[in-house]
Amino acid sequence: MEIKVEIKEKAFMKDQKSVQVLDDIHLTFNSGDFITVIGPSGCGKSTLLKIIAGLDVDYEGSVVIGSNEVKKPSIDKGFIFQEHRLFPWLTVEQNIAANLPLKKPELREQVNQLINIVRLNGFEKAYPKELSGGMSQRVAIARALLREPKVLLLDEPFGALDAFTRQHLQDVLIDIWLETKTTMILVTHDVDESVYLGTKVVVMKSKPGKVGHVIPIELPFPRQRTDQTFQEVRNHVLKHFEQLDQYSAVEG
Amino acid sequence: MEKSEAVASVPLQPDLVKDRVSTSFKRKSKRNTRFISGLILPIVVVILWQTVSSLGWVTKIVLPSPLAIILAAKELILSGVLFTNLKISLVRAVFGFIIGGGLGLALGSFVGLSSRSEKLLDPSLQMLRTIPHLAISPLFILWFGIGEESKVLLIALGAFFPLYVNTFLGIRRVDAKLFAVSQVLEFSKFKQLKLLIIPAALPNILLGLRLSLGAAWLSLVVAELMGSTAGIGYMMLDARQFSNTDIVFVGIIIFAIVGKLTDSLVKWIEKHSLKWQDTYKG
Repeated sequence: MEIKVEIKEKAFMKDQKSVQVLDDIHLTFNSGDFITVIGPSGCGKSTLLKIIAGLDVDYEGSVVIGSNEVKKPSIDKGFIFQEHRLFPWLTVEQNIAANLPLKKPELREQVNQLINIVRLNGFEKAYPKELSGGMSQRVAIARALLREPKVLLLDEPFGALDAFTRQHLQDVLIDIWLETKTTMILVTHDVDESVYLGTKVVVMKSKPGKVGHVIPIELPFPRQRTDQTFQEVRNHVLKHFEQLDQYSAVEG
Repeated sequence: MEKSEAVASVPLQPDLVKDRVSTSFKRKSKRNTRFISGLILPIVVVILWQTVSSLGWVTKIVLPSPLAIILAAKELILSGVLFTNLKISLVRAVFGFIIGGGLGLALGSFVGLSSRSEKLLDPSLQMLRTIPHLAISPLFILWFGIGEESKVLLIALGAFFPLYVNTFLGIRRVDAKLFAVSQVLEFSKFKQLKLLIIPAALPNILLGLRLSLGAAWLSLVVAELMGSTAGIGYMMLDARQFSNTDIVFVGIIIFAIVGKLTDSLVKWIEKHSLKWQDTYKG
Protein backbone atom coordinates (compact mmCIF):
# COMPACT_ATOMS: atom_id res chain seq x y z
CA MET A 1 0.00 0.00 0.00
CA GLU A 2 1.66 3.09 -1.29
CA ILE A 3 1.18 6.71 -0.38
CA LYS A 4 1.55 9.07 -3.31
CA VAL A 5 1.61 12.80 -2.66
CA GLU A 6 1.40 15.14 -5.66
CA ILE A 7 0.93 18.78 -4.73
CA LYS A 8 1.22 21.37 -7.47
CA GLU A 9 0.47 24.33 -5.31
CA LYS A 10 -0.94 25.25 -1.92
CA ALA A 11 -1.52 28.89 -1.02
CA PHE A 12 -2.97 30.77 1.95
CA MET A 13 -4.67 34.12 1.88
CA LYS A 14 -2.91 36.52 4.21
CA ASP A 15 -3.84 40.22 4.40
CA GLN A 16 -5.70 39.76 1.12
CA LYS A 17 -2.50 38.57 -0.53
CA SER A 18 -1.94 35.04 -1.68
CA VAL A 19 1.10 33.46 0.00
CA GLN A 20 2.45 30.29 -1.53
CA VAL A 21 3.06 27.66 1.14
CA LEU A 22 3.83 24.51 -0.82
CA ASP A 23 5.18 24.28 -4.34
CA ASP A 24 5.56 21.26 -6.58
CA ILE A 25 5.82 18.40 -4.10
CA HIS A 26 6.14 14.82 -5.32
CA LEU A 27 6.62 12.13 -2.71
CA THR A 28 6.03 8.39 -2.68
CA PHE A 29 6.16 6.36 0.51
CA ASN A 30 6.04 2.60 0.91
CA SER A 31 3.94 0.67 3.34
CA GLY A 32 5.73 0.23 6.65
CA ASP A 33 8.04 3.21 6.16
CA PHE A 34 8.80 5.49 9.06
CA ILE A 35 9.00 8.86 7.32
CA THR A 36 10.22 11.90 9.20
CA VAL A 37 9.73 15.33 7.68
CA ILE A 38 12.06 18.07 8.83
CA GLY A 39 12.34 21.70 7.87
CA PRO A 40 12.62 25.22 9.26
CA SER A 41 9.50 26.68 10.84
CA GLY A 42 7.11 28.08 8.27
CA CYS A 43 8.20 25.66 5.53
CA GLY A 44 4.71 24.20 5.35
CA LYS A 45 5.53 20.79 6.81
CA SER A 46 2.47 20.79 9.07
CA THR A 47 0.34 21.90 6.13
CA LEU A 48 1.71 18.97 4.12
CA LEU A 49 0.68 16.60 6.91
CA LYS A 50 -2.80 18.11 7.16
CA ILE A 51 -3.22 17.66 3.40
CA ILE A 52 -2.24 13.97 3.66
CA ALA A 53 -4.73 13.61 6.55
CA GLY A 54 -7.54 15.17 4.52
CA LEU A 55 -7.90 17.96 7.10
CA ASP A 56 -6.97 20.49 4.41
CA VAL A 57 -8.44 19.95 0.94
CA ASP A 58 -7.98 23.45 -0.44
CA TYR A 59 -4.96 22.86 -2.72
CA GLU A 60 -4.04 21.83 -6.25
CA GLY A 61 -2.97 18.23 -6.61
CA SER A 62 -3.85 14.89 -5.09
CA VAL A 63 -2.97 12.47 -2.30
CA VAL A 64 -3.57 8.78 -2.93
CA ILE A 65 -3.31 6.13 -0.22
CA GLY A 66 -3.43 2.63 -1.68
CA SER A 67 -6.02 3.07 -4.38
CA ASN A 68 -8.14 5.72 -2.62
CA GLU A 69 -7.79 9.43 -3.16
CA VAL A 70 -7.88 11.39 0.10
CA LYS A 71 -10.90 13.70 0.23
CA LYS A 72 -11.63 14.00 3.94
CA PRO A 73 -10.28 12.89 7.31
CA SER A 74 -10.95 9.28 8.28
CA ILE A 75 -9.94 6.71 10.87
CA ASP A 76 -7.55 4.89 8.52
CA LYS A 77 -5.37 8.01 8.69
CA GLY A 78 -4.60 8.42 12.40
CA PHE A 79 -3.55 11.94 13.36
CA ILE A 80 -1.60 13.04 16.41
CA PHE A 81 -1.70 16.80 16.93
CA GLN A 82 0.94 19.01 18.53
CA GLU A 83 -1.25 19.17 21.62
CA HIS A 84 -2.89 16.01 22.97
CA ARG A 85 -6.47 17.21 22.27
CA LEU A 86 -8.12 14.82 24.69
CA PHE A 87 -11.74 15.32 25.70
CA PRO A 88 -11.42 16.79 29.20
CA TRP A 89 -14.74 15.28 30.34
CA LEU A 90 -13.75 11.70 29.48
CA THR A 91 -11.42 9.46 31.49
CA VAL A 92 -8.31 7.94 29.95
CA GLU A 93 -10.05 4.76 28.83
CA GLN A 94 -13.11 6.65 27.61
CA ASN A 95 -10.85 8.98 25.63
CA ILE A 96 -9.14 6.02 23.97
CA ALA A 97 -12.47 4.37 23.09
CA ALA A 98 -14.19 7.74 22.32
CA ASN A 99 -17.04 6.91 19.94
CA LEU A 100 -16.50 3.14 20.12
CA PRO A 101 -18.42 1.06 22.70
CA LEU A 102 -16.16 0.34 25.67
CA LYS A 103 -18.77 -2.14 26.93
CA LYS A 104 -18.00 -4.58 24.12
CA PRO A 105 -15.59 -7.23 25.52
CA GLU A 106 -13.35 -7.34 22.41
CA LEU A 107 -12.92 -3.58 22.42
CA ARG A 108 -12.36 -3.54 26.17
CA GLU A 109 -9.58 -6.08 25.64
CA GLN A 110 -7.98 -3.97 22.88
CA VAL A 111 -8.14 -0.83 25.02
CA ASN A 112 -6.49 -2.65 27.91
CA GLN A 113 -3.72 -3.89 25.61
CA LEU A 114 -3.08 -0.38 24.33
CA ILE A 115 -3.00 1.00 27.87
CA ASN A 116 -0.29 -1.59 28.50
CA ILE A 117 1.63 -0.61 25.37
CA VAL A 118 1.65 3.10 26.22
CA ARG A 119 2.30 2.24 29.89
CA LEU A 120 -0.64 3.96 31.52
CA ASN A 121 -1.75 1.15 33.83
CA GLY A 122 -3.41 2.51 36.94
CA PHE A 123 -4.60 5.65 35.16
CA GLU A 124 -7.54 4.17 33.26
CA LYS A 125 -10.07 6.17 35.28
CA ALA A 126 -8.08 9.42 35.52
CA TYR A 127 -9.26 12.62 33.84
CA PRO A 128 -6.89 14.50 31.49
CA LYS A 129 -6.41 17.25 34.10
CA GLU A 130 -4.69 14.68 36.32
CA LEU A 131 -2.14 13.68 33.65
CA SER A 132 1.23 15.14 32.69
CA GLY A 133 1.89 16.33 29.14
CA GLY A 134 3.72 13.14 28.19
CA MET A 135 1.00 10.91 29.60
CA SER A 136 -1.69 12.85 27.74
CA GLN A 137 0.18 12.49 24.46
CA ARG A 138 0.44 8.73 25.06
CA VAL A 139 -3.34 8.57 25.52
CA ALA A 140 -3.72 10.39 22.19
CA ILE A 141 -1.41 7.85 20.53
CA ALA A 142 -3.39 4.95 22.00
CA ARG A 143 -6.62 6.57 20.78
CA ALA A 144 -5.26 6.70 17.22
CA LEU A 145 -3.83 3.16 17.35
CA LEU A 146 -7.12 1.62 18.50
CA ARG A 147 -8.55 2.44 15.05
CA GLU A 148 -5.72 0.39 13.46
CA PRO A 149 -4.87 3.13 10.94
CA LYS A 150 -3.08 2.35 7.69
CA VAL A 151 -0.92 5.36 8.33
CA LEU A 152 -0.26 7.35 11.49
CA LEU A 153 0.42 11.05 10.95
CA LEU A 154 2.21 12.88 13.75
CA ASP A 155 2.50 16.67 13.77
CA GLU A 156 5.43 17.59 16.05
CA PRO A 157 3.89 15.31 18.68
CA PHE A 158 6.67 15.69 21.24
CA GLY A 159 7.56 19.32 20.56
CA ALA A 160 6.04 20.64 23.77
CA LEU A 161 7.64 18.02 26.02
CA ASP A 162 10.90 18.11 27.93
CA ALA A 163 13.93 16.23 26.61
CA PHE A 164 13.62 13.15 28.85
CA THR A 165 9.94 12.62 28.22
CA ARG A 166 10.51 13.15 24.52
CA GLN A 167 13.21 10.46 24.35
CA HIS A 168 11.00 8.07 26.30
CA LEU A 169 8.06 8.61 23.95
CA GLN A 170 10.30 8.25 20.89
CA ASP A 171 11.23 4.78 22.16
CA VAL A 172 7.57 3.98 22.84
CA LEU A 173 6.74 5.02 19.29
CA ILE A 174 9.52 2.85 17.80
CA ASP A 175 8.27 -0.13 19.82
CA ILE A 176 4.77 0.42 18.48
CA TRP A 177 6.04 0.78 14.93
CA LEU A 178 8.17 -2.38 15.12
CA GLU A 179 5.22 -4.28 16.55
CA THR A 180 2.40 -3.01 14.29
CA LYS A 181 4.37 -2.03 11.15
CA THR A 182 1.99 0.90 10.74
CA THR A 183 3.28 3.44 8.22
CA MET A 184 4.34 6.53 10.16
CA ILE A 185 4.79 10.08 8.91
CA LEU A 186 6.20 12.35 11.61
CA VAL A 187 6.82 16.07 11.23
CA THR A 188 9.49 17.60 13.44
CA HIS A 189 11.98 20.46 13.62
CA ASP A 190 14.46 18.38 15.58
CA VAL A 191 17.22 16.81 13.42
CA ASP A 192 18.11 14.27 16.11
CA GLU A 193 14.52 13.11 16.33
CA SER A 194 14.21 12.77 12.56
CA VAL A 195 17.33 10.58 12.34
CA TYR A 196 16.58 8.57 15.48
CA LEU A 197 13.11 7.58 14.25
CA GLY A 198 13.07 7.71 10.47
CA THR A 199 13.80 5.14 7.79
CA LYS A 200 13.62 8.08 5.39
CA VAL A 201 14.14 11.74 6.24
CA VAL A 202 12.43 14.30 4.03
CA VAL A 203 14.29 17.61 4.31
CA MET A 204 12.18 20.60 3.32
CA LYS A 205 13.13 24.15 2.49
CA SER A 206 10.93 27.18 2.97
CA LYS A 207 9.42 30.07 1.06
CA PRO A 208 7.81 28.38 -0.71
CA GLY A 209 7.85 24.92 0.91
CA LYS A 210 9.64 22.43 -1.33
CA VAL A 211 11.26 19.05 -0.86
CA GLY A 212 15.02 19.55 -0.70
CA HIS A 213 16.27 16.02 -0.15
CA VAL A 214 14.94 12.60 0.74
CA ILE A 215 17.66 10.86 2.74
CA PRO A 216 17.30 7.13 3.53
CA ILE A 217 18.56 6.18 7.00
CA GLU A 218 19.95 2.65 6.88
CA LEU A 219 20.73 2.28 10.59
CA PRO A 220 19.20 -0.78 12.32
CA PHE A 221 16.81 -0.48 15.27
CA PRO A 222 17.15 0.08 18.17
CA ARG A 223 19.41 3.01 17.45
CA GLN A 224 21.94 4.50 19.84
CA ARG A 225 22.17 8.27 19.99
CA THR A 226 25.76 8.14 21.19
CA ASP A 227 26.84 5.69 18.50
CA GLN A 228 29.48 7.05 16.11
CA THR A 229 27.68 5.98 12.92
CA PHE A 230 24.51 7.60 14.27
CA GLN A 231 26.42 10.82 14.79
CA GLU A 232 27.83 10.65 11.26
CA VAL A 233 24.39 10.16 9.70
CA ARG A 234 22.99 12.93 11.87
CA ASN A 235 25.73 15.34 10.78
CA HIS A 236 25.11 14.39 7.18
CA VAL A 237 21.41 15.26 7.51
CA LEU A 238 22.20 18.40 9.48
CA LYS A 239 24.55 19.58 6.73
CA HIS A 240 21.84 19.21 4.10
CA PHE A 241 19.37 20.90 6.40
CA GLU A 242 21.64 23.88 7.08
CA GLN A 243 22.57 24.28 3.44
CA LEU A 244 18.93 24.48 2.45
CA ASP A 245 18.17 26.79 5.31
CA GLN A 246 20.95 29.19 4.35
CA TYR A 247 19.90 29.01 0.74
CA SER A 248 16.31 29.89 1.56
CA ALA A 249 17.44 32.58 3.99
CA VAL A 250 19.43 34.28 1.22
CA GLU A 251 16.57 33.83 -1.19
CA GLY A 252 13.98 35.16 1.21
CA MET B 1 10.50 14.43 34.51
CA GLU B 2 11.80 10.97 33.61
CA LYS B 3 10.86 10.09 37.17
CA SER B 4 7.37 11.53 37.01
CA GLU B 5 6.90 9.68 33.76
CA ALA B 6 7.86 6.53 35.62
CA VAL B 7 5.04 7.26 38.06
CA ALA B 8 2.85 6.16 35.19
CA SER B 9 3.69 2.56 36.05
CA VAL B 10 2.45 1.09 39.28
CA PRO B 11 4.81 1.64 42.28
CA LEU B 12 3.71 5.05 43.59
CA GLN B 13 -0.03 4.27 43.52
CA PRO B 14 -0.60 3.94 47.31
CA ASP B 15 0.89 7.38 47.83
CA LEU B 16 -1.44 8.81 45.29
CA VAL B 17 -4.43 7.31 47.08
CA LYS B 18 -3.23 8.54 50.45
CA ASP B 19 -2.81 12.00 49.01
CA ARG B 20 -6.36 12.03 47.74
CA VAL B 21 -7.76 10.86 51.08
CA SER B 22 -5.94 13.52 53.04
CA THR B 23 -7.01 16.32 50.70
CA SER B 24 -10.65 15.20 50.83
CA PHE B 25 -10.42 15.22 54.63
CA LYS B 26 -8.95 18.71 54.61
CA ARG B 27 -11.62 19.85 52.21
CA LYS B 28 -14.34 18.56 54.55
CA SER B 29 -13.02 20.42 57.59
CA LYS B 30 -12.58 23.51 55.43
CA ARG B 31 -16.22 23.25 54.38
CA ASN B 32 -17.31 22.98 58.03
CA THR B 33 -15.47 26.12 59.08
CA ARG B 34 -16.94 27.92 56.10
CA PHE B 35 -20.43 26.83 57.15
CA ILE B 36 -19.86 28.07 60.70
CA SER B 37 -18.33 31.38 59.65
CA GLY B 38 -21.26 31.89 57.34
CA LEU B 39 -23.64 31.56 60.29
CA ILE B 40 -22.06 34.21 62.52
CA LEU B 41 -23.59 37.27 60.85
CA PRO B 42 -27.20 36.00 60.67
CA ILE B 43 -27.13 34.91 64.33
CA VAL B 44 -25.86 38.31 65.49
CA VAL B 45 -28.54 40.05 63.42
CA VAL B 46 -31.34 37.86 64.83
CA ILE B 47 -30.20 38.46 68.42
CA LEU B 48 -30.07 42.24 67.90
CA TRP B 49 -33.46 42.16 66.18
CA GLN B 50 -35.07 40.21 69.03
CA THR B 51 -33.58 42.59 71.60
CA VAL B 52 -34.79 45.68 69.79
CA SER B 53 -38.29 44.19 69.46
CA SER B 54 -38.45 42.97 73.05
CA LEU B 55 -37.44 46.38 74.34
CA GLY B 56 -40.36 47.81 72.35
CA TRP B 57 -38.22 50.22 70.32
CA VAL B 58 -40.20 49.42 67.15
CA THR B 59 -43.88 48.56 66.75
CA LYS B 60 -44.75 45.07 65.66
CA ILE B 61 -46.50 46.41 62.55
CA VAL B 62 -43.20 47.76 61.26
CA LEU B 63 -40.97 44.98 62.51
CA PRO B 64 -42.35 41.97 64.38
CA SER B 65 -39.89 40.09 66.55
CA PRO B 66 -38.26 36.89 65.28
CA LEU B 67 -40.19 34.98 67.94
CA ALA B 68 -43.51 36.41 66.67
CA ILE B 69 -42.59 35.36 63.13
CA ILE B 70 -41.82 31.83 64.29
CA LEU B 71 -45.15 31.65 66.10
CA ALA B 72 -46.97 32.92 63.01
CA ALA B 73 -45.21 30.34 60.89
CA LYS B 74 -46.14 27.60 63.35
CA GLU B 75 -49.76 28.60 63.21
CA LEU B 76 -49.76 28.72 59.40
CA ILE B 77 -48.18 25.29 59.21
CA LEU B 78 -50.57 23.71 61.73
CA SER B 79 -53.66 25.16 60.03
CA GLY B 80 -52.38 23.89 56.67
CA VAL B 81 -52.69 27.37 55.12
CA LEU B 82 -49.00 27.55 54.38
CA PHE B 83 -48.77 24.28 52.50
CA THR B 84 -51.91 24.81 50.43
CA ASN B 85 -50.52 28.13 49.26
CA LEU B 86 -46.99 26.84 48.81
CA LYS B 87 -48.26 23.98 46.68
CA ILE B 88 -50.14 26.36 44.39
CA SER B 89 -47.09 28.61 44.05
CA LEU B 90 -44.78 25.69 43.34
CA VAL B 91 -47.10 24.28 40.66
CA ARG B 92 -47.12 27.67 38.91
CA ALA B 93 -43.36 28.02 39.13
CA VAL B 94 -42.70 24.48 37.91
CA PHE B 95 -45.06 24.75 34.95
CA GLY B 96 -43.76 28.16 33.95
CA PHE B 97 -40.18 27.01 34.31
CA ILE B 98 -40.71 23.84 32.27
CA ILE B 99 -42.39 25.75 29.44
CA GLY B 100 -39.95 28.69 29.37
CA GLY B 101 -36.78 26.84 30.28
CA GLY B 102 -37.60 23.97 27.93
CA LEU B 103 -38.20 26.34 25.04
CA GLY B 104 -35.03 28.25 25.91
CA LEU B 105 -32.98 25.06 25.90
CA ALA B 106 -34.53 23.85 22.64
CA LEU B 107 -34.24 27.15 20.76
CA GLY B 108 -30.78 27.82 22.18
CA SER B 109 -29.58 24.44 20.89
CA PHE B 110 -31.25 24.96 17.55
CA VAL B 111 -29.77 28.41 17.02
CA GLY B 112 -26.39 27.28 18.41
CA LEU B 113 -26.14 24.31 16.08
CA SER B 114 -27.05 26.01 12.83
CA SER B 115 -25.81 29.39 11.70
CA ARG B 116 -28.76 29.70 9.32
CA SER B 117 -31.31 29.59 12.14
CA GLU B 118 -29.06 31.95 14.09
CA LYS B 119 -29.35 34.56 11.34
CA LEU B 120 -33.10 34.00 11.16
CA LEU B 121 -34.02 33.96 14.87
CA ASP B 122 -31.32 35.44 17.03
CA PRO B 123 -31.66 39.14 16.10
CA SER B 124 -35.38 39.16 16.96
CA LEU B 125 -34.88 37.19 20.16
CA GLN B 126 -32.06 39.46 21.27
CA MET B 127 -34.30 42.47 20.70
CA LEU B 128 -37.06 40.95 22.82
CA ARG B 129 -34.51 40.08 25.47
CA THR B 130 -33.72 43.73 26.14
CA ILE B 131 -37.31 44.39 27.30
CA PRO B 132 -37.57 43.78 31.07
CA HIS B 133 -40.00 40.88 31.03
CA LEU B 134 -41.95 42.21 34.01
CA ALA B 135 -42.84 45.25 31.90
CA ILE B 136 -44.92 42.94 29.73
CA SER B 137 -47.07 41.80 32.70
CA PRO B 138 -49.85 44.40 32.14
CA LEU B 139 -50.15 43.17 28.57
CA PHE B 140 -50.35 39.56 29.72
CA ILE B 141 -53.16 40.44 32.14
CA LEU B 142 -55.05 42.17 29.32
CA TRP B 143 -54.58 39.19 27.05
CA PHE B 144 -54.98 36.28 29.44
CA GLY B 145 -56.77 37.80 32.45
CA ILE B 146 -55.54 37.43 36.02
CA GLY B 147 -56.00 33.65 35.99
CA GLU B 148 -53.35 30.97 35.91
CA GLU B 149 -52.38 31.45 32.24
CA SER B 150 -50.98 34.95 32.61
CA LYS B 151 -48.99 33.92 35.68
CA VAL B 152 -47.53 30.77 34.19
CA LEU B 153 -46.69 32.57 30.94
CA LEU B 154 -44.99 35.43 32.76
CA ILE B 155 -42.85 32.89 34.64
CA ALA B 156 -42.12 31.10 31.36
CA LEU B 157 -41.01 34.36 29.77
CA GLY B 158 -38.66 35.03 32.67
CA ALA B 159 -37.19 31.54 32.52
CA PHE B 160 -36.76 31.51 28.75
CA PHE B 161 -33.93 33.95 28.10
CA PRO B 162 -31.22 32.87 30.55
CA LEU B 163 -31.36 29.30 29.26
CA TYR B 164 -31.63 30.39 25.64
CA VAL B 165 -28.63 32.73 25.79
CA ASN B 166 -26.42 30.38 27.78
CA THR B 167 -27.21 27.24 25.77
CA PHE B 168 -26.41 29.17 22.59
CA LEU B 169 -23.18 30.52 24.08
CA GLY B 170 -22.18 27.11 25.42
CA ILE B 171 -22.56 25.42 22.07
CA ARG B 172 -20.59 28.14 20.34
CA ARG B 173 -17.76 27.75 22.81
CA VAL B 174 -16.99 24.18 21.70
CA ASP B 175 -13.28 24.04 20.89
CA ALA B 176 -12.69 23.91 17.13
CA LYS B 177 -9.57 21.81 17.81
CA LEU B 178 -11.63 19.10 19.49
CA PHE B 179 -14.07 19.35 16.62
CA ALA B 180 -11.21 18.46 14.25
CA VAL B 181 -10.48 15.42 16.43
CA SER B 182 -14.10 14.30 16.12
CA GLN B 183 -13.71 14.51 12.33
CA VAL B 184 -10.48 12.52 12.30
CA LEU B 185 -12.11 9.84 14.48
CA GLU B 186 -15.20 9.82 12.23
CA PHE B 187 -17.77 10.59 14.91
CA SER B 188 -21.38 10.21 13.81
CA LYS B 189 -23.62 13.27 14.28
CA PHE B 190 -25.12 11.65 17.36
CA LYS B 191 -21.72 10.86 18.91
CA GLN B 192 -20.54 14.37 18.13
CA LEU B 193 -23.48 15.71 20.09
CA LYS B 194 -23.10 13.24 22.94
CA LEU B 195 -19.32 13.22 23.35
CA LEU B 196 -18.37 16.71 22.26
CA ILE B 197 -21.08 19.36 22.05
CA ILE B 198 -23.24 18.55 25.08
CA PRO B 199 -20.35 18.04 27.55
CA ALA B 200 -18.58 21.15 26.27
CA ALA B 201 -21.75 23.25 26.55
CA LEU B 202 -22.82 21.79 29.91
CA PRO B 203 -21.10 24.37 32.17
CA ASN B 204 -22.95 27.16 30.36
CA ILE B 205 -26.24 25.25 30.24
CA LEU B 206 -26.12 24.68 34.00
CA LEU B 207 -25.36 28.34 34.58
CA GLY B 208 -28.37 29.16 32.41
CA LEU B 209 -30.44 26.73 34.46
CA ARG B 210 -29.54 28.52 37.68
CA LEU B 211 -30.31 31.93 36.25
CA SER B 212 -33.56 30.63 34.75
CA LEU B 213 -34.72 29.22 38.07
CA GLY B 214 -33.97 32.54 39.73
CA ALA B 215 -35.89 34.44 37.05
CA ALA B 216 -38.84 32.03 37.33
CA TRP B 217 -38.98 32.58 41.07
CA LEU B 218 -38.84 36.36 40.70
CA SER B 219 -41.61 36.29 38.10
CA LEU B 220 -43.75 34.14 40.39
CA VAL B 221 -43.59 36.71 43.17
CA VAL B 222 -44.46 39.56 40.83
CA ALA B 223 -47.29 37.60 39.22
CA GLU B 224 -48.81 36.67 42.57
CA LEU B 225 -48.50 40.14 44.07
CA MET B 226 -50.22 41.61 41.01
CA GLY B 227 -53.43 39.85 41.92
CA SER B 228 -54.31 36.32 42.83
CA THR B 229 -56.59 34.32 45.08
CA ALA B 230 -54.07 31.76 46.27
CA GLY B 231 -50.35 31.19 46.60
CA ILE B 232 -47.63 32.50 48.89
CA GLY B 233 -47.76 35.91 47.20
CA TYR B 234 -51.51 36.08 47.85
CA MET B 235 -50.96 35.05 51.46
CA MET B 236 -48.56 37.95 51.88
CA LEU B 237 -50.83 40.42 50.12
CA ASP B 238 -53.76 39.36 52.28
CA ALA B 239 -51.68 39.69 55.45
CA ARG B 240 -50.53 43.16 54.47
CA GLN B 241 -54.13 44.35 54.22
CA PHE B 242 -54.70 43.29 57.82
CA SER B 243 -51.30 44.59 58.92
CA ASN B 244 -50.13 41.10 59.87
CA THR B 245 -46.50 41.95 59.20
CA ASP B 246 -45.35 38.68 60.79
CA ILE B 247 -47.10 36.69 58.04
CA VAL B 248 -45.48 38.89 55.39
CA PHE B 249 -42.15 37.93 56.90
CA VAL B 250 -43.08 34.24 56.84
CA GLY B 251 -43.78 34.60 53.11
CA ILE B 252 -40.43 36.29 52.48
CA ILE B 253 -38.64 33.55 54.39
CA ILE B 254 -40.46 30.83 52.43
CA PHE B 255 -39.41 32.45 49.15
CA ALA B 256 -35.83 32.63 50.41
CA ILE B 257 -35.76 28.99 51.53
CA VAL B 258 -37.27 27.52 48.35
CA GLY B 259 -35.05 29.74 46.18
CA LYS B 260 -31.94 28.66 48.03
CA LEU B 261 -32.93 24.98 47.87
CA THR B 262 -33.40 24.98 44.10
CA ASP B 263 -30.14 26.86 43.64
CA SER B 264 -28.30 24.34 45.81
CA LEU B 265 -29.80 21.51 43.77
CA VAL B 266 -28.35 22.91 40.54
CA LYS B 267 -25.04 23.57 42.28
CA TRP B 268 -25.00 19.94 43.38
CA ILE B 269 -25.65 18.78 39.80
CA GLU B 270 -22.86 21.11 38.65
CA LYS B 271 -20.43 19.65 41.14
CA HIS B 272 -21.13 16.08 40.12
CA SER B 273 -21.34 16.46 36.37
CA LEU B 274 -18.42 18.87 35.99
CA LYS B 275 -15.81 17.15 38.13
CA TRP B 276 -13.57 16.91 35.06
CA GLN B 277 -13.15 20.69 35.03
CA ASP B 278 -9.74 22.04 35.87
CA THR B 279 -10.51 25.49 37.16
CA TYR B 280 -9.37 27.81 39.92
CA LYS B 281 -11.24 27.00 43.12
CA GLY B 282 -10.04 29.80 45.37
